[in-house]
Amino acid sequence: MTQLDRIRNFSIVAHIDHGKSTLADRLIQMTGTVAERDMKAQMLDSMDIERERGITIKANTVRIEYPAKDGNTYILNLIDTPGHVDFAYEVSRSMRAVEGSLLVVDASQGVEAQTLANVYQALDAGHEIVPVLNKIDLPAAEPDRVKAQIEDVIGLDASDAVPISAKSGMGIPDVLEAIVTRLPSPKGDRDAPLKAMLVDSWYDAYLGVVVMIRVMDGVIRKGDRVKMMQTGAVYGIDRLAVLKPQMVDIPELGPGEIGVLTASIKQVRDTRVGDTITHERKGTDTPLPGFKPAQPVVFCGLFPVDANDFEALRDAIEKLALNDASFSYEMETSAALGFGFRCGFLGLLHLEVIRDRLEREYDLDLITTAPSVVFKLHMKDGEVRDLHNPADMPDLTYVEHIEEPRIKATIMVPDEYLGDILKLCQDRRGIQQDLSYAGSRAMVVYDLPLAEVVFDFYDRLKSVTKGYASFDYTISEYREDNLVKMSILVNDEPVDALSMMVHRDRAETRGRVMVEKLKELIPRHMFKIPIQAAIGGRVIARETLSAMRKDVTAKCYGGDASRKRKLLDKQKAGKKKMRQFGKVEIPQEAFISALKMDS
Amino acid sequence: MEDWRNGGFGLYLHWPFCQSKCPYCDFNSHVAASVDQKRWEMAFLAEIDRIGAETQGRVLNTVFFGGGTPSLMDPELVAAILERVRSTWIMANDLEVTLEANPGSVEAGRFRGFSEAGVNRVSMGVQSLQDEHLRRLGRLHSVADAKRAFDIARSVFDRVSFDLIYARQDQTLDDWRSELGEALSMAVDHLSLYQLTVEDGTAFGDRLARGGLKGLPSDDLGADMYAVTQDLCEAAGMPAYEVSNHARPGAESRHNRIYWQGGDYAGIGPGAHGRLTLGDVRWATVAERMPDAWLTRAEAGFGELPREAMTVGEQADEYLIMGLRLSEGLEMARLERMQTAPAPAKIEELTRMGMIELTQGRLRATAEGRIVLNSVIAALAA
Ligand SMILES: Nc1nc2c(ncn2[C@@H]2O[C@H](COP(=O)(O)OP(=O)(O)O)[C@@H](O)[C@H]2O)c(=O)[nH]1
Ligand SMILES: C[S@@+](CC[C@H](N)C(=O)[O-])C[C@H]1O[C@@H](n2cnc3c(N)ncnc32)[C@H](O)[C@@H]1O
Ligand code: SF4
Ligand SMILES: [Mg+2]
Repeated sequence: MTQLDRIRNFSIVAHIDHGKSTLADRLIQMTGTVAERDMKAQMLDSMDIERERGITIKANTVRIEYPAKDGNTYILNLIDTPGHVDFAYEVSRSMRAVEGSLLVVDASQGVEAQTLANVYQALDAGHEIVPVLNKIDLPAAEPDRVKAQIEDVIGLDASDAVPISAKSGMGIPDVLEAIVTRLPSPKGDRDAPLKAMLVDSWYDAYLGVVVMIRVMDGVIRKGDRVKMMQTGAVYGIDRLAVLKPQMVDIPELGPGEIGVLTASIKQVRDTRVGDTITHERKGTDTPLPGFKPAQPVVFCGLFPVDANDFEALRDAIEKLALNDASFSYEMETSAALGFGFRCGFLGLLHLEVIRDRLEREYDLDLITTAPSVVFKLHMKDGEVRDLHNPADMPDLTYVEHIEEPRIKATIMVPDEYLGDILKLCQDRRGIQQDLSYAGSRAMVVYDLPLAEVVFDFYDRLKSVTKGYASFDYTISEYREDNLVKMSILVNDEPVDALSMMVHRDRAETRGRVMVEKLKELIPRHMFKIPIQAAIGGRVIARETLSAMRKDVTAKCYGGDASRKRKLLDKQKAGKKKMRQFGKVEIPQEAFISALKMDS
Repeated sequence: MEDWRNGGFGLYLHWPFCQSKCPYCDFNSHVAASVDQKRWEMAFLAEIDRIGAETQGRVLNTVFFGGGTPSLMDPELVAAILERVRSTWIMANDLEVTLEANPGSVEAGRFRGFSEAGVNRVSMGVQSLQDEHLRRLGRLHSVADAKRAFDIARSVFDRVSFDLIYARQDQTLDDWRSELGEALSMAVDHLSLYQLTVEDGTAFGDRLARGGLKGLPSDDLGADMYAVTQDLCEAAGMPAYEVSNHARPGAESRHNRIYWQGGDYAGIGPGAHGRLTLGDVRWATVAERMPDAWLTRAEAGFGELPREAMTVGEQADEYLIMGLRLSEGLEMARLERMQTAPAPAKIEELTRMGMIELTQGRLRATAEGRIVLNSVIAALAA
């Protein structure tokens, strides 16, 4: 039980690689929260994938005890938020659990697109913000320029920005002091009925479902019977703890405190992030404003390379979904790829993370079909349908019009690449909304179709700017456009897994790329094979794969018979990995490559 | 009747030594400082005795000395082997005894000796009629050497064939047309014309893998060269009787036909393969590959590695693979007896595509089908 004015709850917002995790490590280390010998770099990034890619996917938290210069010891609760746009939703909800933010900006890079997106979320959540200039050890660091930029671009007073090197540890004591002196303490009423926010929940192999909470009012104790107000479920609290960052049991948590509980909850799906937890008896009647659950925005098919792995895939997907409520799935069958699942994700990174986990943790080989967004079909009879899979596109005669999701994209880029960026956005059906300068960096805001962004936009952005651009987006609205379904036909047979929704004006280009790619990927047959892209009955791009001209073994005598027979056996086994479309056999690798998302 | 009798019975003897290793060659050939031919003789004779005991009473149709470079064998060794062969099996009236010869290892005296020992057909590895290309193929002989050796062979043997390798680096269609024309004017009654195959594990294979070996013909040019080969040979009265083999009618290599017609053959010598039907089982045999190890094994009484019994399915696949190489094709009835004939729908589809034809119980690859034979076979076997 801690006095409110001895608590500071905060998060760190930063563009990727600006040093958020390194700073968190330093804070943990300098306060002796974790013994020196137990320190491993990036304490808070615990998933393998997070560590490997150096990005934070799930929010994590740590409780730090800090003896301040004023002689008092403070409890600092740090919630490390994900930096990536796909998880913007998680960022926003964890921000509601804290009162302040450290805004970390790499002093050699300056403000980037994610800096902006994240800081605006912090401001939206009513945070007090302390700017921190990191990496001042670098010769390229320009703290003054970056300060000016923070003021110009974000409109924050940066005169007291704390200069640090998270790497060397320089300036860390100043950060700790600034947290105590410049961030507000939480408010709350210890004597009011319990009101705690369910900030996050995850599955732990030993403990089962672990729920992270922030107490607003009242006191929660081990053994209490509590009610989740949205689901109505009642649980007895088995364990109450704080994270340091390993779990340390605690008898009670009062207002302003952050901790975790376990309560024999079976599945993460049984918990609702944003739910209000109160006591079963004498609880509050007024829940905290809830969050609406995150909606999947990008869909793709996941199919096992080996059809025999379908059950294993089903198992794995079910298990993952139990602990990731933002991920949706339903069974799908494809003539090309057999049985699999149509899955929905928060974005491309989320998609990749899930696919990686399926492949890595469950040892599955997967084919991923081209990612697609959710289109809204306005039917002539007035019905509005969500289209998750281009293969399900109904006959156009029933469709009044089609809407697609649009995003507001913010791109920050050095001057010299601005022209390329504008061209890229223009090519992707973008509508410019804003263009401003901060020093030698331009900031452009574009209204873009999400569908154009899920299709290799990141890659193009990176390559045209040699990696110097940064990018962030939020989904803005659904808007009507001239959208059509493009089918791919191989030897006049449609290949379902390759059909896609495209803008009419872009169909030729996309169709051409696809048929050219397939021409390279499909092996020659004994006959020539037309490969076409078509809209309805109209062919918009066509290539012909010419017939194989020579495929014969020059020499084959007695000594070669066994070898040839074994080769034939291999070919027969290989055929099992082929998908038959009419007379044409398409190797599975061809699908994998044709569908390879260039992300 | 046992199936192998449709093809006959032959004996293959492998001589694994060469003067140098050619960069394209993946045969079981080795360069040795010295070879104790007396010791090899004993080993060969012992193996002949062993196989002979299992195949007693059979009529032997052919003998083939292959390599390596069998023309490096002492004529006395060849004579001793053939003498033992004659006392082991019943000789067919038209017994064919072929020996592979390298143009570099030939003198008139040796050929006489081979002939006196019982060899009645020679197959010479000429490979090219252009010195520049012989050099690039790593051959030790010149065109002049080859022609001299060929003349000697012709004066000694009635039946002389030679081999050429085409689709070489930097070879144009016209180059090949004129080289083949010259070859046809030299040819007696048989020619083997192979497209260069770059095999894994050879010097050429390594060079190709490292991005070298430039100037090999495209598939299209290779196909054109194959077509030209068919046309010129046909016009010269030596049509293809097999994918890469051409002969005046009646002058075909009987030994090689045993392979393609699914006959039985005993394989003796390092790395030699055999097919032996003994009782109800058709055995695939293969001998130890390394010369010294084979010698030791053969001296101990068994030069082979453990045999494999072939399933009917394997026999059928093999008959399909081998039989369709012949212009005359294969006998459907034999395939059907192996219970694994291709599905009629498949045959119909490939017939419609013009790849095969089925007439009078024989399944044949057409000219169009033969050049993509691997695909045709894969489609039929699927
Ligand atoms: N030179 C220097 N490098 C730093 C500093 N802080 C972090 N880094 C490096 O910057 C990279 C990104 O840091 P990280 O903490 O993972 O960034 P995050 O993506 O914001 O969590 C890592 O290679 C760090 O070692 C610093 O103060 N100085
Ligand atoms: C058993 S081999 C060698 C015979 C003999 N030692 C010689 O080299 O003349 C028989 C024939 O196969 C052909 N041959 C060997 N390797 C080949 C390859 N990689 N590609 C095409 N033909 C090849 C050659 O024409 C050769 O004459
Ligand atoms: S001489 Fe013949 S068997 Fe010997 S290495 Fe050359 S090609 Fe091979
Ligand atoms: Mg990080």
